[in-house]
Amino acid sequence: MTDLVSVSVEVNGRLREVTVAPHHTLLDALRDDLGLTGTKECCLVGECGACTVLIGGRSVDSCLMLAAEADGLAITTVEGLATGARLDPLQQAFLDTGAAQCGFCIPGQLVSARALLAETPRPTREQVEEGLAGNLCRCAGYEQIIEAVLRAADPATDGSPAGAPARPSGEPHPFDVANVPDAGLAPQ
Amino acid sequence: MRPFAYERPTAIRDVVGLLGVHGPAARLLAGGTDLIIRLRDGSIRPDVVVDVKRVLDLSDAISVETDRLVIGARTVMTDIGAHPVVRRDFAALADAAMVVGSAQIRNRATLAGNLCNASPAADTAPGLLVFGAVVIVVGPTGERRIPLDDFFVRSGVTSLGPGEMVAAIELPLPAVPRGSAHVRRTRRRGHDLASVTLAAIVEADGVARIAYGSVGPRPLRGAVTADALLDANLGDEARDRLLNQLFAGASPSPTSLRASPDYRLAMLRVLARRAIDAARARLEAGPG
Repeated sequence: MTDLVSVSVEVNGRLREVTVAPHHTLLDALRDDLGLTGTKECCLVGECGACTVLIGGRSVDSCLMLAAEADGLAITTVEGLATGARLDPLQQAFLDTGAAQCGFCIPGQLVSARALLAETPRPTREQVEEGLAGNLCRCAGYEQIIEAVLRAADPATDGSPAGAPARPSGEPHPFDVANVPDAGLAPQ
Repeated sequence: MRPFAYERPTAIRDVVGLLGVHGPAARLLAGGTDLIIRLRDGSIRPDVVVDVKRVLDLSDAISVETDRLVIGARTVMTDIGAHPVVRRDFAALADAAMVVGSAQIRNRATLAGNLCNASPAADTAPGLLVFGAVVIVVGPTGERRIPLDDFFVRSGVTSLGPGEMVAAIELPLPAVPRGSAHVRRTRRRGHDLASVTLAAIVEADGVARIAYGSVGPRPLRGAVTADALLDANLGDEARDRLLNQLFAGASPSPTSLRASPDYRLAMLRVLARRAIDAARARLEAGPG
């Protein structure tokens, strides 16, 4: 048996202390120790992106990182994207375009899209495709996901091909952000 | 994942010390994008994982010195692909860094880790080989410099000795204007290992060189210079003879799932042409 490691991380703007086994991943710590189950466990080889989180603003696969490596770092998970009761524009755009089908990949898609827009606020379609290339959608709902990201980046254009009817944006949605742990804590 | 102890030293000498104490039972962790997968699937079973990301005298940045570019061992692919001097003077390396994995992988994966992993399909290897990269290694007896061509032995094996680690990768700055490009073939668009990976460099004085990988146990430099490929009037026979010489070292595995040997050898020739054309176009377009 190896010694446990004490890890101090800032998650969604809040300082958290966890004690982990060295072979536990950041994904394990987020889900099992901190209860932040928005970050999904899927392929565990860094191909699907369901476990994507932001570290220092950059997207990483939390399944390919030991929890111990995160000591002293600032992490944003999907739970930290909304501000109070207000969804991140990306979350709203995903709802407006119907980008979530089964929904399993969506937290990772949102987090990767957040990193993309922070770096490239007005991406081209090709830049969105490349920025989200590490996030697989098993429903193959890529068109709506790309449309949502383009719409969040530039609400004036709906991201859909020319001539397609624009969908209403900003309508109230039954989704209740108050039920999401850590919502409203970040980004600070 | 099988349990292991975790060490996070802050100085290179302490990393070397840990490697000395634990020998092959210790594994270095940089980006972790290969290591964590192998820890999880049990193909490696170290007693100690030594995280080098907080080693203060191991750089995570690229510095431009009088005659060379120095890439610290903790530098990640994203930063290599975005660096203005890499993009201008080592474009093939910038190309290659930006096709490794996905954004998430490139934000963690280090160039040094890619080299130490010694995959024959490593996309950064041809780009570094054409530029004459040198690997700076530190170990129990001090520092030594290994030309990258002597660093690769075979798949998964490098010439690093016991207790040694990579500290940096050096690339000589260009003496004459040049263009370079990296190209690859994959089974599908997007995130895939290369079936063939190749880099070319064309210099203003008419010298052209290539390096390639994923067609044998290790990445290779072209056995001869590829200058004659710049000649649009080169006859078919002469071209075939040159290509045979260039790729004399290619020995693709007949058991690979990614592509057959015949396909790989045919694609090497296609990619050589494309990379040289792209490199020449960049040379003609000038810096910037």
